Amino acid sequence: MRFLDEYRDAGLAQKLAAEIHRVTTRPWTIMEVCGGQTHAIVKFGIDELLPRQIELVHGPGCPVCVTPLEAIDQALEIAAKPDVIFASFGDMLRVPGSTTDLLSVKAQGGDVRIVYSPLDAVRLAEQNPGMEVVFFAVGFETTAPATALAVFQAAQKKLGNFSMLVAHVLVPPAIGALMSSPGCRVQAFLAAGHVCTVMGFGEYFPLAEKYRVPMVVTGFEPLDILHGVLLAVRQLESGRAEVENQYSRAVRREGNQPAQALIKNVFQVVPRKWRGVGEIPLSGLALADGYAAFDTGKKFGLAVRQVDEPAECLAGLILQGLKKPHECPAFGAKCTPERPLGAPMVSGEGACAAYYRYRRHGAREMAGAK
Amino acid sequence: MCLAIPGIIRSISGDEPLARMGKVDFSGVIKQASLACVPDAKVGDYVIVHVGFALGKVDEEEAQKIFEYLKTMGELGELEGKPA
Repeated sequence: MRFLDEYRDAGLAQKLAAEIHRVTTRPWTIMEVCGGQTHAIVKFGIDELLPRQIELVHGPGCPVCVTPLEAIDQALEIAAKPDVIFASFGDMLRVPGSTTDLLSVKAQGGDVRIVYSPLDAVRLAEQNPGMEVVFFAVGFETTAPATALAVFQAAQKKLGNFSMLVAHVLVPPAIGALMSSPGCRVQAFLAAGHVCTVMGFGEYFPLAEKYRVPMVVTGFEPLDILHGVLLAVRQLESGRAEVENQYSRAVRREGNQPAQALIKNVFQVVPRKWRGVGEIPLSGLALADGYAAFDTGKKFGLAVRQVDEPAECLAGLILQGLKKPHECPAFGAKCTPERPLGAPMVSGEGACAAYYRYRRHGAREMAGAK
Repeated sequence: MCLAIPGIIRSISGDEPLARMGKVDFSGVIKQASLACVPDAKVGDYVIVHVGFALGKVDEEEAQKIFEYLKTMGELGELEGKPA
């Protein structure tokens, strides 16, 4: 596939890795923010190509993982209602709520449907005027324009039977929260490429300056990630803390302005609780007042119940890069993708799922070796 | 979740900017995608698509930069490796 395959060339990857070895003189800890990057790193063994001094820690960039338990519980409550079609991206279905998951609700007769796009959920509402269609809007800035367009279309079509449970989160406030936390070891960031395709990277300049931390906007293929690491290491070795754009084929400094306008029109920025991490100020999106009619919470009068995370799941520490999945006692034993304790074991972008899928046979040895 | 893949636009329908849709070809798999936020995208352009929504166009010139860089790196390496 053009613009993908050529960025997976093993020979060129070796060349970039050799250059990283050449420029590295000291230990450095670099966080890749996005779960898509985590999966590529573990799948292609990119971390194993790096010098031993470079540690990649995995960031909170898995929207499925950080969606708070309270939102999952609201989704479960709505999805079980008889007159509701509950539409969701597939990876939310196995995420454990406090008592059950969406897949079990579906097995018990709930009309839960997997959709590829939020726009498909709008079509479902048009095709099923007698049913309430609820879309579970999770995701980062990458996904927000598509859900904003879905709300916009529903408003234009005057669809009274469509609403959204919005759990969108924003990346830059989470980076600020991570850098302010006392245990933070991160010295440089690979910023999430597709978030920046939408938002640009203007928001990263104040973060790089405030925390003296290099920020390299990075793509998702092996050559992108190695190139991002190389740029970050070069900055660290020379004492710079700048914003650089490795992923220039898809990211422009100002981002996609029509997409930003859509987000701004439909959503407002609110505080949001991140699962396993806690509340982060101004880190979420909720529907703007003008679109309140499409807010599932308001429409169904849903209560927000505070619930506790399972104590044996280390998801919070893993999402903050403080622990690696194989360091969790439950990993691969009490917690597997079939029976997950926490969301990072479920999602296609969760760090635990990546380690389970690609590293589980070596995970115990890795835990012993560290 | 932020998975987005590049595909080539084969055809475009819809006149109103926010209703513009395209048939996008991902190496033979053709899917409909909203082109609402890529107003300048034309048939034959590559767009990056996420959940049925084009996030942006692929800048083909920028896409070559890493290979040019790797090429110069190789040449420099060869120069360094040659006996003086």
